[in-house]
Amino acid sequence: MSSENVELTAAGAASGNIAGAPRFVETLADRVFRQTTFAIAVLTVGLTVYLVYTIGHAAMPALETYKFRFLTGTTWDANRNEFGVLPAIVGTLYSSILGLIGGTLFGLAIAVFLSEHFLSAGLESVIGALGLEGRRFWAALPDGIENVLRTTIELLAAIPSVVYGLWGIFVVIPWVRPPADWLHNHLGWIPFFGTALSGPGLLPAAIVLAIMVLPTISAIARDALIAVPPKIREAAFGLGATRWEAILAVFIPTAATGIFGAIILGFGRALGETMALAMLAGNANVLSWSLFSPANTLAALLANHFPEAGTAEVGALMYAALVLLAITLIVNIIGTVILQRAGAQLKGLR
Amino acid sequence: MAAMASEVPLEVDLPQLERSLRHPREIFSYFMSLLTGAATLAAMFPLLSVLFLLIRRGAQTLGKATFTELPPAAMMPGGGIGNAIAGTILIVFIATLISVPIGILAAVYTAEFAPESRITQAVRFAAKVLTGLPSILAGVFAFAIVVMVTGGFSAPAGGVALALLMIPTILLTAEDAILRVPSRMREAAIGMGATPTQVVRKVLLPTALPGILTGIMLAIARAAGETAPLLFTSLFSDYWMSRTSPEFLPKTIGDLMKPTASLAVLIYNFSGSPFDNQIAMAWTAALVLVVIVLLVNIAGQRLAAHYHR
Repeated sequence: MSSENVELTAAGAASGNIAGAPRFVETLADRVFRQTTFAIAVLTVGLTVYLVYTIGHAAMPALETYKFRFLTGTTWDANRNEFGVLPAIVGTLYSSILGLIGGTLFGLAIAVFLSEHFLSAGLESVIGALGLEGRRFWAALPDGIENVLRTTIELLAAIPSVVYGLWGIFVVIPWVRPPADWLHNHLGWIPFFGTALSGPGLLPAAIVLAIMVLPTISAIARDALIAVPPKIREAAFGLGATRWEAILAVFIPTAATGIFGAIILGFGRALGETMALAMLAGNANVLSWSLFSPANTLAALLANHFPEAGTAEVGALMYAALVLLAITLIVNIIGTVILQRAGAQLKGLR
Repeated sequence: MAAMASEVPLEVDLPQLERSLRHPREIFSYFMSLLTGAATLAAMFPLLSVLFLLIRRGAQTLGKATFTELPPAAMMPGGGIGNAIAGTILIVFIATLISVPIGILAAVYTAEFAPESRITQAVRFAAKVLTGLPSILAGVFAFAIVVMVTGGFSAPAGGVALALLMIPTILLTAEDAILRVPSRMREAAIGMGATPTQVVRKVLLPTALPGILTGIMLAIARAAGETAPLLFTSLFSDYWMSRTSPEFLPKTIGDLMKPTASLAVLIYNFSGSPFDNQIAMAWTAALVLVVIVLLVNIAGQRLAAHYHR
C-alpha cells in the first residue's frame, strides 16, 4: 500500500503542489474510465435481456407452428416432425420435487446440527469430562472439527455434476436396484412402485439430485437459523423448553421464511440441473407415477438432442429451452423475493 | 410480592422441571439430536464414496500417458486425455478473458460509482437472474449467437457459454469486496486530490484484490466442471487442436473455430460407453477434473479466509 500512496502524492507534486487539482489527462482518463464502467454495467443488463430475447426469438417459429400442442404432446419424434414436451415437463417437476424432499430433509438436519453447534458442544463436554479443556490443542478441537464438517458439506457443491452422474451410474443404480426390485415385486400395486427398475430411472436421478441441492439448502437455512435473534433463543430456554422444543416451536418458525426461500432456490437449482439427469434418468418420454420408470426432463432433453439436431428439431428444442427458462425464472424470482422478505422480517424482531 | 413468591412453588410440579431422561419430551429431544447427527454423517457418505471411487478406479490408469496421449478407441489399450485437458484449459481461459473484465468493471460501477442508481439495481437483479440460470441455457444462448453465426462448434463458443455463468459470481464477489474496503481509505485518497478513477485503481482494487481473486477462482472452479453448456457449443474432438503457431492471427483463429475436447464432455461421452477401457478413461478424467476443481476451490477459500482475518 505505502508505495502506491507515495506514487499518488508524487503525481500531485508533479503538478506543482501536493494534493493539487487533477491534471487534464487525469480528468480525461477519469471520465473515460467512468463511462466505460457504466457501459459495462449496462452491458451485463443488456446481456441478460438479450439472452431471454435470443431464446425467445429462436423459439418463435416453433411457437407459431406447434402452439400449445407442444406443451401437451407426449411424443418427440424428429423424423415425423412431431414434438411434445409434456413428459419432459412432468419429469422435470417430478424429479425436482423428489430430489428436493430428500435434499430438504438432510439439508435442514445439517443446518440445525451446525447452527446449534451440537457437535462442538458434545465434543466439549467429552473433553471437559476427560479434564483436557485447559490444553490449547484440545480446547480448539471441537470448533476445528465443526469447521471441517462445514467445509466438507460445501465441497459437495464443488464436485462437478458430470462426476456425480458417473458415480450414479456405477454406484447408485446397482445399489438401489435390489430394494427397488423387492418393492416392485411385493408392493407393485402401489403406483409409485408400478414398474421395475431396468437400469436408469427416476429414483437414482432423484437421489443424486438430492445430494446436489443439499449444500444449497443447508447453507442458506443455516444462515437463517443463525440469524434468529439471541433474545428469542434465550426466552425459549428460559421458559423451560427442551432443546428440540425450542428448535421446532421457536427457532424454525422464526427462520421459516428464510428456510422456505432456501428450499425454493434449491428447487430452482434442481429444475435446471442437466447432467445427472441426462445420465441417470434414462431419456425416455414416459408419463408414469412409478419411481423406477425411466423418465426425461427438459434439460436432459436439450442435452441429448441438441448436438445432432436438424433445423426443425433445433426450433422445437429452442421452444423447450424457453419453457425451461420461464419455469426457472419464475421459481428463482419467487425464492429471491422470499429471502429478501425474510431479512426484512428479522430486522423487525431485533 | 413476597407472599406471591411463597405461593408459586406450590403450584409447580418440581420433578417436571428436572432435566432427566424419564420425561418423554427429554427423550424426544435426545432422539432428535441423534437423528440430525446421523443425517449429517449420512450426508458425508456420498462425498466420501465419490472420492474413494475416484481414487480407486481413476488412479488405475493414471500415468504419464494420461497427460500426453489422445483418448483410446474402443478396446484399444493405453491412451490418455491430453487433448481434453488442453481443451478444458483453453475454453476456461477464453471464458476468464471475457468474464473477468466485465465482472470487475461492472462491480466497480455498482459498488463505487453509482451504488444507489437504477442501473445498479438492474445490474444486481440481472446478476441474480444469471446466478439461477440453468447452465444448459447458457449453452443454448451460445449456440444461438456463436455456433449458428460462425457456422460450427468451437472452443470460443464454449468459452462464451462458460463466461455467461462466471460473470455473476465474479461481479457479486467483487462488488462485495470493494464495498468492504474501509471508507476512510477511500476518503484519504480523495482528500489527497485523487480522481475517482485513481481512487479505484490505486486504493480500492489493490485493497479488494484478495476478495476479487477469490470470486474469480470460485468461478473458474465451477466453470471447469460444467458439462451441459459445452455439449453443443464446443462439442468434442478425438484429436489435438491443430498447432500452427508461427503464422499468427488469422490462421490460428481459424483453427480455434473447430470442435474442441474437454474433460467434462469426455466423462459424459465415455460414461455411456460399453467398453471397459473407455469407462476406465472416464474415471481417470473424473479424477483429474475433481483434483483441478477442488484445488482451485480450496485455494480460493483459503484466500478468502486469509483476507477476512
